Amino acid sequence: MGISTRKSRLQRENTRNGLFFAAPAIIGIAGFTVYPVFALLYYSFCRYSGLKPPQWIGLGNYKLLVHDQIFIESIYNTVYYTAIAVPLGIVVALSLAILLNAKVKGMAVFRTIFYVPSIVPVVAGAVLWVWLLNPDYGLINLTIDWFGGLSQKLGLPGFSGPGWLSSVEWSKPALILMSTWGVGASVVIYLAGLQDVPQELYEAASLDGASGWRKTWHVTLPFMSPYIFFTAVMGIIGGFQYFTQAWVMTGGTGGPVNSTMMFSMYLFRNAFQLFKMGYACAMAWLLFLVILGATLLLFKTSARYVYYGGR
Amino acid sequence: MAVASRRARWRPITPDRIATYAALIVLSAIFFMPFLWLLSTSVKPAAQIMVIPPQWIPKPFQWDNYSSGLTFVPFLLYLKNTLIICSANVVGVLFSSSLVAYGLSIIPWRGRDVLFLIILSTMMLPYQVVMVPLFTVFTFLGWIDTFLPLIVPSFLGNAFFIFLLRQFFMSIPKDLTDAAKIDGCSEFQIYRRIVLPLSKPALATVALFTFMYAWNDYLGPLIYLFDQSKFTVSLGLAMFQSQYGSYYGMLMAVSTVVTVPIIILFFFTQRTFIQGITLTGIKQ
Repeated sequence: MGISTRKSRLQRENTRNGLFFAAPAIIGIAGFTVYPVFALLYYSFCRYSGLKPPQWIGLGNYKLLVHDQIFIESIYNTVYYTAIAVPLGIVVALSLAILLNAKVKGMAVFRTIFYVPSIVPVVAGAVLWVWLLNPDYGLINLTIDWFGGLSQKLGLPGFSGPGWLSSVEWSKPALILMSTWGVGASVVIYLAGLQDVPQELYEAASLDGASGWRKTWHVTLPFMSPYIFFTAVMGIIGGFQYFTQAWVMTGGTGGPVNSTMMFSMYLFRNAFQLFKMGYACAMAWLLFLVILGATLLLFKTSARYVYYGGR
Repeated sequence: MAVASRRARWRPITPDRIATYAALIVLSAIFFMPFLWLLSTSVKPAAQIMVIPPQWIPKPFQWDNYSSGLTFVPFLLYLKNTLIICSANVVGVLFSSSLVAYGLSIIPWRGRDVLFLIILSTMMLPYQVVMVPLFTVFTFLGWIDTFLPLIVPSFLGNAFFIFLLRQFFMSIPKDLTDAAKIDGCSEFQIYRRIVLPLSKPALATVALFTFMYAWNDYLGPLIYLFDQSKFTVSLGLAMFQSQYGSYYGMLMAVSTVVTVPIIILFFFTQRTFIQGITLTGIKQ
C-alpha cells in the first residue's frame, strides 16, 4: 500500500515534470502547427484578403486553380526543375564522393572545395550566379564562347553560350546548373556512406575480374542506396519548396514569360502580393499533399531497391 | 584515424590514379572558379568588369567597391539586425529544444512517446504550407514588421533539433542521472549540471545549424519585415540586386561580405560541421 502510493506519487511527479519540460513544444505545436493546419483548410474554402474576415466560397478557389494557366505553368516548372536537378545532383555528388574516396592525397582540401559552395548564403549565391550567367560578360558564357572559338579554329562547327536567365528555354537549365554547384552536403553524406562499404567485396570482385565500373555498379551502388534514397527524398521535398534563388535572380517576377515561376513563388505572390490568401491556401494544401505523397511513395517503394546491408 | 593509416601506406602510381587526380583537379577548379570570379569582380573598377577577355587581376584594385557598396544601402545596420535575429534564434533553439528533448528522454512519463511521434510528424509539414495561416496569427498578435515572428518560434522548440538532442540524451548512461536524483537533485538541476555539459558536441551542432539557417533565411524576413531599417543582409542584398543589378563590382563586394563570415565560421568549426551533416543526414 505504502509502496504503491509512493509509486503513484512518483508517477504523478514525473508526468508533471515531463509536461513542464515539454511545454515549449506543446505550445509551439498547438500555435504553429495544429491551429495553422485547421486555419489553412478553412481559408482554402474562403475568399480571404487578410484584411477583411474570410468569406466562405466552398470549392471556388479549387475550381479557379484548375483553370489558372500560371498555376499549371508553375507546377510544370517545379516538376521540370526537380526532375532534372535532383538526379543530376545525385550523379554529380556520388561521382565526386567516389573520386574522393580513392584514397587521394589532399582529400581534405578537395572535400572542402566541393563543400564550401553549399554553405554560401543563398542570396549571395544567387547574386553571384546572376553575374556568372550574364549572357555577354559572365564567366560561363565567356568559357563556352572560348571553346566555341577553339572548335571553329579546328575546323569544327563553332558555338556560343545561350541567353540563360534571359531566355525562356534556358532559364530553368540555368537554375539547375546553379543547384549542381551546391551539391557539397550530399558529397559529405556519400563520403561517410562509402566508409561502410566492406573492402573485402571490392577485393573479391577484383579477383573475379570485375572492372572498376562494374565494381561501382554492383558493389558501391547497392551499399550506397540508403544514402541516395535519403538525399533523393530530401531533394524532392526541397525541390517543391524551391523559392529563394529563383525569386532573387528574377526580381520576384518568375520571368522571362513565367519560365522560372516556381510553385512556391506563385503561392507567395498570391498570398502576399495579390492578397488572395484563400487562393494561396488552396495551393498550399496541394503542396502539402504532393510532399506527403512523394515522401510516402518513396518510403513504400524503398524496400524494393534499397539495400540496408542485410538488416 | 582511418585516413591517417591509409595515408601512411605507399601506393604505386598507376594510370587509374593519375586519371583520378586529373579529374579531381579539373572538377575542383570548376567548383572554385565562381569564388575567384566573385573576388576578382569585387575589386574591379567599373570599366574593367565588362571586357572580353576577362581581366582576372584588376588594375588598379578598386577597394572602393566595398566601402561604397556597404554604404549605398545601410549594410552595417542590416548586419546588426541579422546578428540580433541569429543570436536570438540560437539561444531560443538551444534552450527550448534541449529542454523538450530532456522531457522526452530522461524523464519517464506516460504520453511522452506519443508526444515524440507528434513532434516528429510536424517535420513533414513544410514552412511554406503554413506560412499564410502563420501570417494571420502574427497579424493578430500585432507582430508584423517586427523581429518577433522570426524569433519567438525558435523559443518553442524545433522538431528536428529536438529529435537530434533526444537521440543524444538517450545515450547518456542512466546511472548518472539516477545517482544525481538519489543525491536529491531536481530534474532541472540534472538537466543543467549533468545532461547539458555532457552534450556539448550535439549542442554545438544545433547552434551552428540554427545560426546558418537564420543567416540564410530570406523567405521569413521577406514576409514579415517591411520597414527598410529592419532588413536583414539577405533582404538588403536582394533589394540591392533588384534595384542596382548592373553595379556588379559593388554587388560582388557586398556578396563577399555576406559570404565570408560563414566561410570563416566553417573553417573554425569544420569538425562540428562535417559531423553535423553526417549526423543530420544519416541518423534520421
